[in-house]
Amino acid sequence: MRIGTLKTSYAADEALFDTRLQKLLILLACAAAVLFPFVASPYWLFLACLCAINVASATGLNILTGYTGLVSLGQAAFMSVGAYTVAVLEIHAGTPFLLNLLVGGLLTALVGIGVGIPSLRVKGLYLAIATIAASVVLHFVFAHWPLTGGMQGLSMPPARLFGMALDQPFQLYWLILPVTGLMVLGAANLFRTRVGRAFIAIRDRDISAEVLGIPLLRYKLMSFAVSSFYAGLAGGLWAYFFRVVTPESFPLVNSIFYLAAIIVGGMGTILGGILGAVFMTMVPELLKFVAGLVTPFYPDALALLAPVRTIVFGSLIVGFLIFEPHGLAEIWRRIRRFFHLWPFRT
Amino acid sequence: MTDWLFLTEVFLAGLGSGALYAVTGVAFVLIYKATRVVNLAIGEILMLGGYAFFGAAAGWHLPAWVALPVAILAGALVGAVVERGLIRPMIGESPISVFMVTIGLGSILAGFVQIVWGADPLRLPEFLPSAPIFIGEAYVAPKVAYGFLAAMVVVTAFVLGLRFSRGGVALKATAADQAAAYSVGIDVPRVFSLSWIVACGVAAGAGVLVGAIGGISPTMGVFGLSVLVVVIVGGLDSMAGALVGGLFIGVVEAFAGTFLGGEYRFLVTFSILILILMIRPYGLFGTHEIERL
Amino acid sequence: MTEAARDVILDVEGVSLAFGGVRALTDVSFSVRRGSITAVIGPNGAGKTSLFNTISGFYRPRSGNIAFDGRSLAGTAPPERARLGLARTFQNIALFRGMTVLDNIKLGRHAHMRTGLLDALVYRGRARREELELRAEIEERIIDFLEIQHIRNAPVATLPYGLRKRVELARALAMRPRLLMLDEPVAGMNREETEDMARFILDVKEEWDVTILMVEHDMGMVMDISDHVVVLNFGQVIAEGGPAAVQADPAVVAAYLGAGDLGRRLSGPEAA
Ligand SMILES: Nc1ncnc2c1ncn2[C@@H]1O[C@H](COP(=O)(O)OP(=O)(O)OP(=O)(O)O)[C@@H](O)[C@H]1O
Ligand SMILES: [Mg+2]
Repeated sequence: MRIGTLKTSYAADEALFDTRLQKLLILLACAAAVLFPFVASPYWLFLACLCAINVASATGLNILTGYTGLVSLGQAAFMSVGAYTVAVLEIHAGTPFLLNLLVGGLLTALVGIGVGIPSLRVKGLYLAIATIAASVVLHFVFAHWPLTGGMQGLSMPPARLFGMALDQPFQLYWLILPVTGLMVLGAANLFRTRVGRAFIAIRDRDISAEVLGIPLLRYKLMSFAVSSFYAGLAGGLWAYFFRVVTPESFPLVNSIFYLAAIIVGGMGTILGGILGAVFMTMVPELLKFVAGLVTPFYPDALALLAPVRTIVFGSLIVGFLIFEPHGLAEIWRRIRRFFHLWPFRT
Repeated sequence: MTDWLFLTEVFLAGLGSGALYAVTGVAFVLIYKATRVVNLAIGEILMLGGYAFFGAAAGWHLPAWVALPVAILAGALVGAVVERGLIRPMIGESPISVFMVTIGLGSILAGFVQIVWGADPLRLPEFLPSAPIFIGEAYVAPKVAYGFLAAMVVVTAFVLGLRFSRGGVALKATAADQAAAYSVGIDVPRVFSLSWIVACGVAAGAGVLVGAIGGISPTMGVFGLSVLVVVIVGGLDSMAGALVGGLFIGVVEAFAGTFLGGEYRFLVTFSILILILMIRPYGLFGTHEIERL
Repeated sequence: MTEAARDVILDVEGVSLAFGGVRALTDVSFSVRRGSITAVIGPNGAGKTSLFNTISGFYRPRSGNIAFDGRSLAGTAPPERARLGLARTFQNIALFRGMTVLDNIKLGRHAHMRTGLLDALVYRGRARREELELRAEIEERIIDFLEIQHIRNAPVATLPYGLRKRVELARALAMRPRLLMLDEPVAGMNREETEDMARFILDVKEEWDVTILMVEHDMGMVMDISDHVVVLNFGQVIAEGGPAAVQADPAVVAAYLGAGDLGRRLSGPEAA
């Protein structure tokens, strides 16, 4: 037996990171995250924040779709609820940003529960389509409600901490990254308990889950609530990051983006949500970079950027579903198995 | 005072666009019945048909009666390739994964036409007679009227063809029980291929009509969203449902667009969708599947 | 409550169930004595699984009543029935493919745990304590007992059939059963596996103080371990009694000859 995985007690066996080395590596990763803003350029900080926001939202969607098996094409619309809530509170109430984020998350959770109510009767695709319908309705509300500023949307002041405005990626990094970190940790914890197991049971075989003692509607709604709470928080972070929220900020393609992120990353694994969201956020940047490289030889490259991005996006979805349905997390696991010891059991 | 003439004209215009929904919906249903795949890329295949027609008619200067079959063939070809290359490998995967594959496919197609033909909207060369048409006193835009006629002919041909041909029997058997159909000697993979080929050809043809009326653009695929509403309302596995649902949604959209404003169109149709999902989740004419433990 | 009534843990009375035109159960009545092993037998399609599903609350009977421990189950949802102690396994194995063996077993305890959403997100205090207690108990009482230590961390999808059946039993045991319903626990098993399973069932009955209701086609096993046998045919109870008496009953013999067409007609609904 490998020394690294020798178990001493059940508590150790049930831990998230169960070897010394894993703990060490996690510590190193945290240290790197702390040092990063001091060495990175604003561009990289901007990307880091964007990745973190997308990780938060994708992790939420992963809880609903990857773990509970309820497909949602409404994640972006849920984010918009959080974003608008935060913007409205920031503009009209001037309450502290953490409170605003929390209220945004909770309100979104309520909306999510509303959208989830049909989930006991309608399944699979029908549910996905119901979430599209909900997105359409939400879009309409935000585009027509005076409080949310119609098509113009809302511009909001930055978050403030002890009188200091958080308006640069450097400062926002310290808001966004810790919140995302806690959200991911919360999601990982969830699946160490009966609540997470109930979600997975519903995904794998919901009718027998019921006979085994799991009230379906309750847990489906709970999954919707958690997932949209995450979306709401992510949307709130997004609002603080961009400080302009309009009805077009969260189009249906963004919902597809998050679904694509968890497919590419690996559905039903925490690591998958992280990897997928980061990967899908970075791919367009990579393409931009490549376009910049080839422009001297091929001047039209920048014009082709948008359609190529669309094609790459579609191909990634299709390619992963066909060739690696368990996503990047599975690839990672294979690499890890190759090297024997590495953090993250999930 | 109600302006009956105006209402009639709105109604007829609604039927006109509804017929295009119906014919695309029928294509959608055909694929669903045969392969249980919800093809969200149907809107993009429709778009591709419009562009193929444009390419043939404006690019190669072919006459419309040649360009139309070219467009249909292009659609059929894409259908064949997609079925073989993307759908067949996904047999046995969860319906949601296959659904996502079609979303990815839609994205690929949209990017592709944008690379070939650019991002700006284009107009198709005129090919339908343009003499104004009146039904009673009500004016109908000629393109809409011809689109309606063509769509209805295709839908009727479909329904009759499936009812009376061997292909129809094979399709019905496959839809009812794939394994059983296989065991009685029906070539299920062929049914799969053919349904994709025919459905994508039909969708591409519909794209030519849609493009003739409203022009073509790389975002034309959103037409697929309305079609999705249509088939959910009608029932995913019901041709009759697609017909009725298509006409119904077309008329509803026309009235909502006229009396409430264009931005209400989606709101109204999707509200209907939500309502249907609540009261009849399997659609007006769809079959309800019972679960077993 | 009379002495006899207190002795009964499950009382099925006049239960009828139909799917469209198919009458899966017709006026089925029988009762299960506390601490017994009661077997339900009958040819394919007799309605045995439907009966289990009705007891679990997955199907609602058209008429009749089911009482568990003297309390009517009418209007009690399936999860609540599970909490009351109605645990079961499934004929076609309903393990959760995406989970490990250990998680599948843990899932069985769901109805008896208290961890809420917030506890779960922070995994401190109650959530942690409850999970660790559960782990310890499962390890000591169930995993050791059923001899599945070696597969505890395996994904269930990788297990052979016989082991899956055993994991399902483990999960049912984690449900704190008072009545354990087993739908064909040894179907498709070889001789040795069948004997193991029979031993486990007997041990469960003795050591866990659990009543067992099982559906089984393996007559040898039914005769060996059951105290009471109920025979279903075409949704009706055609015989009931001790194993030996039932085996000798002409109606039962006729029903079982009825794998062929002749027997089916002989013992069909008209004849019964
Ligand atoms: N969900 C359902 N819908 C329709 N008919 C059903 C359903 N479930 C069972 N039936 C029918 O009810 C009858 C009884 O089935 P059941 O599965 O209870 O039989 P069984 O005794 O368990 O048979 P086996 O020994 O083969 O497991 C059969 O005719 C079956 O086809
Ligand atoms: Mg059975």
